[in-house]
Amino acid sequence: MEHWSTNAKTAATQAGPQPPSIAGRLVSDPKVVVAGGFILFLIVLAVFAPLIAPQDPLEQNLLTATLPPIGFADAQPGFLLGTDGLGRDVLSRVIFGSRVSLTVAFVAAGLACLIGSVLGLLAGYLGAFVDTVISRLVDVWMAFPPVLLSILLIAVIGTGLHSVIIAIVVIDWTRFCRVVRTETMNQAQMDYVTAARAIGFSRPAILFREILPNVVPVLIALLTLEMGIAVVVEAILSFVGLSVSSDTPTWGGMIAEGRQIVHEGWWVLAAPLAALFATVVAFNQLGDGLARSLDPVLRR
Amino acid sequence: MTAPKTMPRLETTPRLAINELSAISLRDGNRPILRRVSLDVGLGEVHGLVGESGAGKSTIAKAILGIIPSQVRIAGGQIGFEGRDLLTLSANALRAVLGRDIALVPQDPSTALNPSRRIEAQMTDGLRLKRGLSAKDARLRALALLEEVQIRDPDRVLASYPHQLSGGMRQRVLIAAAFGLEPKLVIADEPTTALDVTVQKQILRLIRALQERHGTSVLFVSHDLGVVAKICDRVTVLYMGKVVEQGATAEVLAAPRHAYTKALLAANPRYDRPDTGLEPTPPDVIAALRAEIAAFDAGAAEGRNG
Repeated sequence: MEHWSTNAKTAATQAGPQPPSIAGRLVSDPKVVVAGGFILFLIVLAVFAPLIAPQDPLEQNLLTATLPPIGFADAQPGFLLGTDGLGRDVLSRVIFGSRVSLTVAFVAAGLACLIGSVLGLLAGYLGAFVDTVISRLVDVWMAFPPVLLSILLIAVIGTGLHSVIIAIVVIDWTRFCRVVRTETMNQAQMDYVTAARAIGFSRPAILFREILPNVVPVLIALLTLEMGIAVVVEAILSFVGLSVSSDTPTWGGMIAEGRQIVHEGWWVLAAPLAALFATVVAFNQLGDGLARSLDPVLRR
Repeated sequence: MTAPKTMPRLETTPRLAINELSAISLRDGNRPILRRVSLDVGLGEVHGLVGESGAGKSTIAKAILGIIPSQVRIAGGQIGFEGRDLLTLSANALRAVLGRDIALVPQDPSTALNPSRRIEAQMTDGLRLKRGLSAKDARLRALALLEEVQIRDPDRVLASYPHQLSGGMRQRVLIAAAFGLEPKLVIADEPTTALDVTVQKQILRLIRALQERHGTSVLFVSHDLGVVAKICDRVTVLYMGKVVEQGATAEVLAAPRHAYTKALLAANPRYDRPDTGLEPTPPDVIAALRAEIAAFDAGAAEGRNG
């Protein structure tokens, strides 16, 4: 009997006094902290844009058109990042533009995730027939070129924020479906699922208690990556003028305008590009960090 | 030649009565996996099921639990439990029996626990779903169970993830979870195979102690006669899905009647007599066994045709 006590001690030293909580692990991961912090900062900017933005993003003033950012010759105070070809404040427009980007990121990625993972779980767990139906649907779906499909879709249902969201959901649910289906199938083979069956748990109980918790880390990582993708897709659609109406500032729209006057005012192009770039990198890194710290096997 | 020896009669009706269970592999040209296996597990008995890998030990365990793989089909026989044939129960009726009356101690503690859930959630699941305990009661019960399997720090273990525990600790958790459901029968599927020898011994002692305290019947599947000798009251030796020898453990080990059992015993290391070498199973024993099985299969085919 003296043996097991040494066992217990070794286990105790391995685990530390208390197993770290999920929150504790997340906070100690630099990727999660930096990228997540940036995303939080963006959310605050978007929510409180009217309070934070120094100027009205729509106010035009041809007398102050294409002013350079502060620190360059001819810069004017009050226009930190300069003005665009119509004299609108670039910084304020970037801040307001984050509203559309983040709305699309969260709503579109969230919906795509929901639809894709429900179908993926069903395909992965309910067996051959359901799997065949859903998987063939995904195959056919993915055969359509995504950009053409979204442009076609918006041409049919009209432009606007909801159209952009629908377009992204319709295209990207397949991504979630495939990953979740494979992961569910892997999990269903595991010993602990067999053990759960052996003590007579019902199929829903096994799906939600044994399988889903192991799929969630992958899902969260994928969701975060998808948010980055959604931001880019929205920017592309804005760039070609298929997103929200042109009186709402968007990063994609700003890039389109900046491109035309890039020789007179490079900052009009650079500012939204930088915002877009930083946001997508942040989402990707956050997804990476979350995948690492939520994975029960990778974390120590 | 040697027909399976008749079982020593039990005083009472057995808890589990497997009668002429046959199974075939659909993938492998309907190759027989189990050949009319009969065995009884009495009340409060630990019954060893021994054989080399592929002998069909696990198939029997899986058949009882209704988790046989899709490429295996039960071709005949009954699994009697409390007057009912488990093989004929509906999926729902079987689910009601499993976890309440029959529980499993799985083979590999490193994969049998869910890596993303804390021990508490995994231990209380069965108690809540199968015993109808509230979350609070289930937690208290889990704590008591962990103490019963001599885990000194049950609070911390409940809060842990499986990867934070050693293999021996995990197996203790699994044993606690199985016996904690107060089942009438525990299927222990090679519960010590994945553990190192010192831990093995403690786990065996633990299973025996719990089994005696709760009066549980145990079907103990193992490939290791040494392990079986320590824990089992009676033993069934399988070879290629056929019962080779059956009887009280002490008798079988002291005076094996079948040449194959003798060979198995000779292949087992004797720590008390380190000078004795290990003997591989002699080819003539294998040849004789295979001939016996071929004759059995031929007889079975004749029976089917005639």
